[in-house]
Amino acid sequence: MKKQMTSLLLVICMVSCCLCGCSGAPGSSDSNELTVFNYSEYLDPEMIEQFTKETGIKIKYEEATTPEEMYTKYISGAISYDLLCTSDYMVKRLIDEGQAQEVDFASMENFSNIDPKYLKISESFDPGNKYSLPYFWGTVGILYNTKKVKGPIDSWDVLFNGDYKGQIIMQDSMRDSFMVALKYLGYSLNTQDENEIHEAAELLKKQKDDVESYLVDEARDEVVAENATMAVVYSGEAYLGHDFNPDLEYVVPKEGSNLWVDSWIVTKNCKNTENAKKFLDFLCRDDVAYANFEYIYYSTPNKAAVDMMDDDLRNNPAIVPTDDSIKDCEVYEAFDEKTTSLYSDLWKEIKSE
Amino acid sequence: MIEKTLGKIYIGLILVFMYTPILVLIALSFNDSRSRVVWGGFTLKWYRTLFDNSSIMSAFGTTAALAFVSAAVASLIGLFAAIGIYSMKKRSVKVMLFFTNIPLLNADIVTGIALMLWFVRFFPLGFVSVLTAHITFNIPYVILCILPKLETMDIRQFEAARDLGASTAYAFTKVILPDLLPGILAGFFMAVTMSMDDFVITYFTKGPGVNTLSTLIYGEIRKGIKPEMYALSSVLFLLVLIILIIANKTDTVKEN
Repeated sequence: MKKQMTSLLLVICMVSCCLCGCSGAPGSSDSNELTVFNYSEYLDPEMIEQFTKETGIKIKYEEATTPEEMYTKYISGAISYDLLCTSDYMVKRLIDEGQAQEVDFASMENFSNIDPKYLKISESFDPGNKYSLPYFWGTVGILYNTKKVKGPIDSWDVLFNGDYKGQIIMQDSMRDSFMVALKYLGYSLNTQDENEIHEAAELLKKQKDDVESYLVDEARDEVVAENATMAVVYSGEAYLGHDFNPDLEYVVPKEGSNLWVDSWIVTKNCKNTENAKKFLDFLCRDDVAYANFEYIYYSTPNKAAVDMMDDDLRNNPAIVPTDDSIKDCEVYEAFDEKTTSLYSDLWKEIKSE
Repeated sequence: MIEKTLGKIYIGLILVFMYTPILVLIALSFNDSRSRVVWGGFTLKWYRTLFDNSSIMSAFGTTAALAFVSAAVASLIGLFAAIGIYSMKKRSVKVMLFFTNIPLLNADIVTGIALMLWFVRFFPLGFVSVLTAHITFNIPYVILCILPKLETMDIRQFEAARDLGASTAYAFTKVILPDLLPGILAGFFMAVTMSMDDFVITYFTKGPGVNTLSTLIYGEIRKGIKPEMYALSSVLFLLVLIILIIANKTDTVKEN
């Protein structure tokens, strides 16, 4: 009996030690601290240090690789994030679910650096630009090897006409692959029309013989290594590809394509919105925006940063797409449940055939 | 004769499958291009930049601190647990071993999510939560390494020491502990390896800003793993190789 009592006491001691040692309820964050959630490799780490040096606000920085992963981690509530950077459709979902805070971005000193053109594009997922601030953006296009193609590449047609049989890499993603087919057929990439969707699926099925493989992250490397002639890639990847192999060029086909925007939102958990705004303002400052651009080489919506680029960069369509090349581009919108399941059923059919 | 050559080929194949990936990694750490598919010439620059890269160095520090602190604490708890289990009645031993074996066999993802849900009730996730998680999953390994040593140990030596007037504590440190030391060390290093290897549990229990090597590499996958990481991995591989060679040498010396 005595023995049991001692062990019980010991257990109680241990538990209370644990609890006291790490006091502080979840969610209680230091007022001079911001918890920031971003894609991996999407912000120059030196800029975080500089921000802390300038303002005294500490940054707890957390990274994720996909919007879905971010959403799950955010919603689980294990960590209380103040600021979050994610992609267009996920921004919309978070706004719709009431997870974002309305912020008066216009009152920020460096907000004028953001080109109004991108605010207009953002309206498709954040009407009135009340919740989100564009951070980086880009397109989807064809990365190709200039030495191996016959004639100029300016249309999705090259992926479907059989000229490059077995030398094509498509994105292993339902939305991106359908986008290519829909745009080629001249439809909207957000179409919910069953006939148009079926037509696109037929085209993708027919194309399957010509496709070397469906890849995601490895698509760029396969073209760099010259295992394939062309691949459907994101514009950010294209610049790196060109860096590794100067024979590679990137084009946004004339039929139009997908345009994506990654934006910052302030979450409803954020207590100190002034600090959050200071951080966003800092990111909009020309030198900071340029440093971040040099770190990731995606297209920036910050016109002050674009002005700082040299001519080579500014004239590179993968870095600064021309207005003309993006005029037929669209931002992804969420589908209703029925359309989503139609798309994914057809995609499964295409992949399994 | 044929049997012998076939055996050699078989072993050779196993070695090729096990070590070519590591050799490729080491070769890439000398590649003067950031791409993994282009050979840009020989360079040592990644080894130099490695030590200037604050995120990799801090992740390495976190990984090492986690591994050694969690292994030390788990060894201590595991040691007492093993002694406790050893002195239990047979039925209780079975029950206890059943419970310590569950975390061993349980999928990491279940352990990870369960620990996360449990931790967030009491304190914000951070270094402490990862450390606690690592200690938790390390304890069973230590117990498993120490228990066999206890079973082969001659308890009469301890009793003799007590008969000759040694206090319990004295007899424990002078008789039992030296006997158990190989088991404790084995458990300790097993725990260090397990902690360094772990990704899933760390991923779920870590707080913002805390990164181990495995979570850092996971984050880099999106835009391609940095060559500095290849350099660090090569250094780690070499370190382990050296430790193993030294351990083998001392073993053969002892046997002689």
